[in-house]
Amino acid sequence: MTQSPGQRFVPRVSMYDAQAQNRWRTVLLIAAFTLIVVAIAFVFGDILGGNATAGIAAVPLAILFSAGTSLFSYFAGDRLVLAQSRAREVPEGEEKVLRDVVESLAIGLGIPVPKLYVIEDPAPNAFATGRDPKHASVAVTRGLLETMDRSELEGVIAHELSHVGNRDIRVMLLVTVLVGTVALLSDWLLRSMWWGGRSRDRDRGSGGGILLIVGLVLAILTPVIATLIQLAVSRQREYLADASGAFLTRYPQGLASALRKIAADPHVLAVANKATASLYIANPLKDHPFQFDRLFDTHPPIEERIKRLEAMG
Amino acid sequence: MDITIVLIVIVVILALFLITTYNRLITLRQRVKEAWSDIDIQLKRRHDLIPNLVETVKGYAAHERGTFEAVTNARAQAVAAGASGSPQQMAQAENVLTGALRSLFAVAENYPQLQAVQEFKDLSENLTATEDKIAFARRFYNGNVRDYNTALQTFPTNILAGVFGFTAEQYFELADQAEREVPQVKFS
Repeated sequence: MTQSPGQRFVPRVSMYDAQAQNRWRTVLLIAAFTLIVVAIAFVFGDILGGNATAGIAAVPLAILFSAGTSLFSYFAGDRLVLAQSRAREVPEGEEKVLRDVVESLAIGLGIPVPKLYVIEDPAPNAFATGRDPKHASVAVTRGLLETMDRSELEGVIAHELSHVGNRDIRVMLLVTVLVGTVALLSDWLLRSMWWGGRSRDRDRGSGGGILLIVGLVLAILTPVIATLIQLAVSRQREYLADASGAFLTRYPQGLASALRKIAADPHVLAVANKATASLYIANPLKDHPFQFDRLFDTHPPIEERIKRLEAMG
Repeated sequence: MDITIVLIVIVVILALFLITTYNRLITLRQRVKEAWSDIDIQLKRRHDLIPNLVETVKGYAAHERGTFEAVTNARAQAVAAGASGSPQQMAQAENVLTGALRSLFAVAENYPQLQAVQEFKDLSENLTATEDKIAFARRFYNGNVRDYNTALQTFPTNILAGVFGFTAEQYFELADQAEREVPQVKFS
């Protein structure tokens, strides 16, 4: 699957193959999420109730909760993300250039025209979200509209629409909401352990059990969370969207030049956060205070993407 | 006994192969048809814009009758070809229309007042946007035709395609495609 930087562009993964992969990923993602929540609920119940029966009793609740959260992210996650990014829907008749570009490229990809949103922020960036092409939205920042010329804008939009066409948006959206939920739950679990653990000490008079449970939880959670992150940060997905976007416009230089401008721009996108960062075309957070952060990079290095795009031309 | 099992397995595999191949060809052909409807929509929009454009230009350059007639005729031809549903005929008619429109805009260049009229600006912008969309619709369509035709020609699908009566679809080629070919250089 890995492509060497100098390789000429060949669209090796078709849109339909990517769709099939993403259907599988969606199933995997929801299964992993349910598993984590069930594990957390079991440990939670065990600690609070003082025995394994209470833990098991918590499992149906956990499944109900996971189903609810998954359904919520599936149907309303896009609205949540758009609202959090303070994106405003573009009314009919406004932003004519943007609309023309989006409509033309949507036709070129054979997908319905997504809803358009603008984020009033000077940092140039863009993202696409939604559960499928019929319920997709594309959001761009004011900075993007102001700094990009038409071919650069086409490059960026083509990248975003490729995510829509490949059904990446659904996986990315579920990852954003579900990983956020797991992080929240683990946090609660850790807090309650100190509290619940102490009451348990009184019952059983042993501290060794807590450590065992903590170890167990970490052992269960770590590989699953790692898988989730891997799904979230799939660099291959970004390279693929770059490649199919370039193929769609027949002009890789447009996106390359847009990425160069984004990399050179000093603004930081104020409305982006750790959860939504992976949705954007280029990492909106930019700062890497610790080397450790590199592990959680949501995007391949921008220089590498530009190099690959230029090799296609 | 053993031979019966082997035969059954072979028949089942063959049947599965037949079903999947047939379904794949149906899917591919369906994609071609859907892509074609995109082109159709955009071509109709283009045809709808032209009468207004001609009227607007007429208001400022009434005596350029030949140009208007050429555009109106070319449009009528294109609409008629559109009804035929044949990509080849339609492409031909559209190319003639493009040529006629080019001379209309060349005429319009000579009338500075016309260039300042908002309606003219809007119409020519809309026309450019629509032509852009036709170009993308054509790309998507031709991509789907290529996938379908390739499937028809590759072994062993080609045998079944013949049996089931699947035939190759036509590409939709417009003039700018030809222009991109190697320029002919004459030394004489």
